[in-house]
Amino acid sequence: MPHINLPEGLQGIRAAMAFRPETAKPLNELAETLLHAPNSLTPGERELIATYVSSQNDCYFCQTIHGAIAAAHLEGDEELVRRVKTDFGNADISAKLKALLAIAGKVQKGGKYVTAADVEAARQQGATDMEIHDTVLIAAAFCMYNRYVDGLDTWQPHDEELYRQRGQKTAKEGYVTMSREYLPQESSV
Amino acid sequence: MPHISLPEELPGISSAFAFRPETSKPLRELAHILLYEPNSLSPGERELIATYVSSLNDCTFCQLSHGAAAACHLGGNETVKQVHTDFQQAPISQKLKRLLAIAGQVQRGGKNVTRTAVEAAREQGATDIEIHDTVLIAAAFCMFNRYVDGLATWQPHDEQLYAQMGAHLAREGYLTSSVRPRLDS
Repeated sequence: MPHINLPEGLQGIRAAMAFRPETAKPLNELAETLLHAPNSLTPGERELIATYVSSQNDCYFCQTIHGAIAAAHLEGDEELVRRVKTDFGNADISAKLKALLAIAGKVQKGGKYVTAADVEAARQQGATDMEIHDTVLIAAAFCMYNRYVDGLDTWQPHDEELYRQRGQKTAKEGYVTMSREYLPQESSV
Repeated sequence: MPHISLPEELPGISSAFAFRPETSKPLRELAHILLYEPNSLSPGERELIATYVSSLNDCTFCQLSHGAAAACHLGGNETVKQVHTDFQQAPISQKLKRLLAIAGQVQRGGKNVTRTAVEAAREQGATDIEIHDTVLIAAAFCMFNRYVDGLATWQPHDEQLYAQMGAHLAREGYLTSSVRPRLDS
């Protein structure tokens, strides 16, 4: 049971966001910009970073839904998503993304763990300042979202098909549009 | 030196905000709602939660700037210092002590928050929204702190700078930059 009286029938962060629509708005806008809006890193790559950090933080809801969104962007390749979570060094992804995932893993442990050598390694694989910035902020943001979801002890049903379907829809429509499913209309426009 | 090419002369998160205005907007709004907008917890109490979590995460810029904002709201720096060192002995309400305990659990990880800690806060009169906001403030500062340190932003040890920023944050909130261009430096 959640630590506070959250709306029933909504999973994970959706219940917390419906409870407090005022903070849901910037939280969804941040996710939209970092993960969904066009950028030089593909949405699939950025969702993999979010999924990896959420799995390092052991947040079931976030790693499952963002893993499903990543898979939807990556032609349904759920095996690749699993591999990135458990052993990204041997996953079939670019050397640049591996270097960025290493930075994300450092951020997850704490900001000061990121070294100049980590950043240089990413740069050598062609990572731009903007891509390094966004990697750091995605990883930092998921250290927030994961704590928010687990810190309130939200309802996180283990139902892979539910996450798969919602992942496909979120990959297509983005976070702000999806939030209209559970936010009161006046605060989602 | 920062890990990426951030605008010079801007300390801490201000440089990251200037580098990426698209993400600065929701980040500023989030801080503004959580810390500044009217609520049953006073802005001073909420800034103390932000300061405490930032000190646990060892983020110089965030603990000094939010500590300065808290000091402005509370009319002095003494309580801020005591919350840093041992909040149980600080001259703050029992309710805030219990909320700070929850914030400390969130800092270590969301699953560390116990039913007992939540119940203890409730016994001191904490409402669901106050518990929610405590969890989200603590979680958000686990993000802000990592953002500031993960980019290795410039964090000068300059008390006057933080005092001026704190005054701005306490007065105006978070929607606009709290850093004045420093032409004299």
